[in-house]
Amino acid sequence: MTNRFGWALADGWTIARRDLTHWRMQPGPVIFKWFFPVLMLLMFGALLGGAMERPEGQSYYELLVPGIFALAMLFGLESTMLAITEDAAKGVTDRFRSLPISSTAVVLGRCIADLLDSVVTLTVLVVTGLVLGWRWHGTFAAALAAFGLLLLLRFALLWVGTFIGLVVKNAQSVAMVQVLVWPIGFLSSAFVATSTMPSWLGAIAQWNPLSLTATAARSLFENPDTAPASWIGDHAIGAAVIGPLLLTALFLPLAATRFRKLSR
Amino acid sequence: MQRVEVPERVILASEVRKNYVGGTEGAGLNGFDLEVQAGTVVGLLGPNGAGKTTAVRILSTLLAPDSGEATVAGYDVRRQGGEVRRRIGLVGQYAAVDEIITGRQNLVLFGRLNHLSRPAAVRRADELLERFALTAAADQAAAKYSGGMRRRLDLAASLIVAPPVLFVDEPTTGLDPAARIEVWSAVRDLVDGGTTVLLTTQYLEEADRLADRISMLKAGKVVAEGTPDELKAALGADWLDVVLLDPADVPRVRALVEPLAAGELRVDDLRVSIPVRDRTRTLVDVATSLREAMIEPEDITLRRPTLDEVFLHLTAEEVAA
Ligand SMILES: Nc1ncnc2c1ncn2[C@@H]1O[C@H](COP(=O)(O)OP(=O)(O)O)[C@@H](O)[C@H]1O
Ligand SMILES: [Mg+2]
Repeated sequence: MTNRFGWALADGWTIARRDLTHWRMQPGPVIFKWFFPVLMLLMFGALLGGAMERPEGQSYYELLVPGIFALAMLFGLESTMLAITEDAAKGVTDRFRSLPISSTAVVLGRCIADLLDSVVTLTVLVVTGLVLGWRWHGTFAAALAAFGLLLLLRFALLWVGTFIGLVVKNAQSVAMVQVLVWPIGFLSSAFVATSTMPSWLGAIAQWNPLSLTATAARSLFENPDTAPASWIGDHAIGAAVIGPLLLTALFLPLAATRFRKLSR
Repeated sequence: MQRVEVPERVILASEVRKNYVGGTEGAGLNGFDLEVQAGTVVGLLGPNGAGKTTAVRILSTLLAPDSGEATVAGYDVRRQGGEVRRRIGLVGQYAAVDEIITGRQNLVLFGRLNHLSRPAAVRRADELLERFALTAAADQAAAKYSGGMRRRLDLAASLIVAPPVLFVDEPTTGLDPAARIEVWSAVRDLVDGGTTVLLTTQYLEEADRLADRISMLKAGKVVAEGTPDELKAALGADWLDVVLLDPADVPRVRALVEPLAAGELRVDDLRVSIPVRDRTRTLVDVATSLREAMIEPEDITLRRPTLDEVFLHLTAEEVAA
């Protein structure tokens, strides 16, 4: 491995492993983070599930579990953002930037670590979902594709998180973003079918990237979706690919520019 | 450890300007010049906000200057950042270590990122832990370290590949005296090993102790440069300190010696400091006039100015201008 790309990969992996060491050294916060979506699942499933109108013989979990998967990807935004602001505040970012490694490696490291983190989050959620009676009814390959789409959403949100993390810099603004994540999470089809919302709100919620991925995942899992017939509902899988790619196309350059701006 | 060849003048900066985007007018650097010879320690001395960190960040490629030229180890900091980074170590103003992981893990991490093999990184980490007296705490999370220990870990992390040039930004600010002495001795060891060091500090004592040459920075510009002795000789006269026994005598002595002084007197409690030009003559004159006034001083000493006085002198000049 003598070329630049090879080194960027190797250095990126070294930096990602730092996060894995963090998990080992300080398991508390990360375990909490992994189980938080489980808490949401139980809370919404058990507390509100009874009140949800569902077609005969259909469990609310059929709708909710894929929604929570997508929601967990959204929450990942916070952990990316926090990691970025932490490293900037502690001077670790500057230390990386003064080393003979490429900035690609630094970003790649964050990317690998956060995707691994999401894989664990999803695994914990899948196990919980299965225990609660949720199943995928389609093929295993289709289920894998659904997880692929979920991780793609996480990948896109990584750049949003990196960008915001580089912009806000302080813990107070981070807290504000953490609060704002909630309405974004609720204004989607994660918890309820958008058909139950006032039509204008339902339309917005349908186009929420979170809903796109949730709807696509439900369709790949062959979990019944009560989305009203709509153009976006019919093209859910394509939308769940294109939506995150658009987000990436917008925020990856923004994040990269912002990273370079650190030297202004 | 391999050494990379570096030119005689390791750090060169000329007319470097930097105004922060959205920052206050005039903050940053306003025509900063610096020249550092290989194997020496240069102290960049200045009060808070003088631009020390800005200078260090520009020279270590973290920050792009608006204009001016700067080279480190012969490479342009703007166009050849990668080459520069291969030859420098940076110890920032605030210890930049990962606090969640242990001291050893930090050093191995940064060793790997300096492209050492894993065994080499581990070996190097052990050496550095030993050298900076951190072996006992090696496997504790860095968050548990004291300020001095963290600073030493930070220093160690910057020395993994024995950089020919090291930037150290205010290494002892906020440290207790014992930790300060530890850091000083670590820096001195480095210099003995041939590293060129640019050290910034607010403490005159620190610059005087560690630096071969001092550049005094004020409002983003070097206002004086030289060896500590040269600076003392060039700036301000020598001082004659008269220490009295009785506070009541102070005003009388002031009046007596005022005409003999080469500048403004300074009074600190029982000590009257008189700037002098003609050393022995003033000494005799002062002693004589005290004797005639029947004042018995506790002590009379002739001395060179301290760096503090040099600095006050410069600052006063600036204010007057
Ligand atoms: N990121 C920044 N944005 C705007 N102004 C800044 C920034 N960093 C430093 N400054 C200003 O530039 C001046 C020099 O700062 P600095 O180089 O940190 O000084 P020193 O290290 O000598 O204390 C100060 O007035 C400071 O307020
Ligand atoms: Mg500073």
